[in-house]
Amino acid sequence: MKRNYYLLAGLAITGLLSAATLLGFFWTPCDSAAMTADKFLAPCPAHLFGTDNFGRDIFSRVMEGAGTSFLIALCTVAIGAAGGVLLGAVTGYFGGLADEILIRVGDALTAFPSILLALVVISLLGPGKPVNLILSLGLVFIPSFARVTRAAYAEAREVNYVKSVRLMGASHARVMLVHILPNTLPVLLSALTIGFNNAVLAEASMSYLGIGVTPPDASLGYMLSEAQSVFGRAPWYALTTGGVMILFLFGVGLIGEGLRFREGDAL
Amino acid sequence: MKYVLRRLGALLLTMFLVSLCTFAAFSGISGSAAEARLGTQATPERVAALREELGLNRPFAVRYAEWLSGFATGSLGDSLTYRQNVGELLRDKVLVSLLLSAMSFALIVLCSIPLSLLVVRLPGGPLDAAHTLFNQFCMSVPPFFTGLLLSWVFGVSLHWFTPGAFPGLSRTGDALRFLLFPAVSIAIPRTAMTVRMLRGTLLRELNRDYVKTAISRGSDRDTVLRRHVLKNALTPTVAFLAQMMAEIVAGVIVVEQVFGIPGLGRMLVVSISNRDYPVVQAIVVILAFWVVASNTVADCINVRIDPRLALGDK
Repeated sequence: MKRNYYLLAGLAITGLLSAATLLGFFWTPCDSAAMTADKFLAPCPAHLFGTDNFGRDIFSRVMEGAGTSFLIALCTVAIGAAGGVLLGAVTGYFGGLADEILIRVGDALTAFPSILLALVVISLLGPGKPVNLILSLGLVFIPSFARVTRAAYAEAREVNYVKSVRLMGASHARVMLVHILPNTLPVLLSALTIGFNNAVLAEASMSYLGIGVTPPDASLGYMLSEAQSVFGRAPWYALTTGGVMILFLFGVGLIGEGLRFREGDAL
Repeated sequence: MKYVLRRLGALLLTMFLVSLCTFAAFSGISGSAAEARLGTQATPERVAALREELGLNRPFAVRYAEWLSGFATGSLGDSLTYRQNVGELLRDKVLVSLLLSAMSFALIVLCSIPLSLLVVRLPGGPLDAAHTLFNQFCMSVPPFFTGLLLSWVFGVSLHWFTPGAFPGLSRTGDALRFLLFPAVSIAIPRTAMTVRMLRGTLLRELNRDYVKTAISRGSDRDTVLRRHVLKNALTPTVAFLAQMMAEIVAGVIVVEQVFGIPGLGRMLVVSISNRDYPVVQAIVVILAFWVVASNTVADCINVRIDPRLALGDK
């Protein structure tokens, strides 16, 4: 088989960035909150990404901001995937009226702009708190996961291996967890990569709009809104912050591409 | 015709449910938001007077019916911040946002079809891999980041337009030139997604027997691609582009903020921060209607193209 370069490249990029982000939770080259007199320094060996309008080291801020962004995205996807897989598995496996209703509701919700839904939920919960941001985005991501899982379970229900384990006396729960779930993994993994990227983008957009993460916390999206106001003095602020985000989305996207490639669906 | 009527019925039903859910969700909290607005002056009498003024004491069904009919008459209650009728407040903004999303949509369609016809010729090989990488990269660029760069390069440096100073719709030429840049930032990742989807659909169609037949009868590949394959790929493309409308609206909400465009998206964000719920719920319903309506139109177009589709959806 041809080597899966997409997957390799994606894993390399994502791995490198994740490592740097993880490191940012414990150690950064400079104190990311320390304001110094060195305002608007261009990138140099001491400050790899330069400094911002308060003389803060942008590289350190990006390390921490990326941590916030990815943590929120991870929690969002965890809520969305857990809720969606549970809902999709039960309704897809058992079918019936609940299934019908869920398909309709899911179709209506996935046709909606996800950010609009998230904005509605967050304005109900109260904007400006990271917990509310995670909750609202997590809720919004449930339908797409439910849809994918439901389709896989509804298909598996009719397949002979499921029928035969049922005849051997396996309980419904066992069939769903032990027998069907592993077979849905390829689809689910692909959905996870797409969902993760959407979550990073959604969080960044909302924080950019000032409704997601607010100071003193910083995320990549919020930092970009700061960077926009000082673009004339310090274009490297926006370019490096945005660059890191794009590189990360690109890496995860490549992993998704590679996973689909491995499944033989190179289209 | 029967199909169109049925789809229209479904559209109305969906919008009824969407508006009901939105109204119910926001009426639950708009009372407390109004009280919060009074702040330290919130004596029980004042709160009661305010509830009376906002009409919160009347039955839910009456308030909902009144609000819903407001979409026809244009009186959607008053904004809490601007002390102005929501309908009047939003009228111009609706047009600006509609224009921006229509322009983004046009850009996506105009770019993605020729591009996908180009990339479908190179399956396998280094060029194909390069295209996949480039495509994936374009999908990774958030519209607000592109917007930030474009507004700097073309706005601040080259003075082709002034970010934050939207000329207004009455000066159509200037307005269109201004909106071109936000439209491009929205269109780039969506075009990449559309090209990717179209390429897949075209490649699947190219493996069909009718293509082999046409080629064995002496047609060249390009003619087959344009005459036969593109036609057969049309219905999934129309459906996909309709789904794209939701993504475009999401882009519009964010990008309006980047360029300082006085549209619905910007108003929505400001109103959420101000807890101005009459404005928020009106904008949510308008944007939802735009998305659902474009999906309905796409379904109807698809049935015109391929009448068999009407049979499956009973």
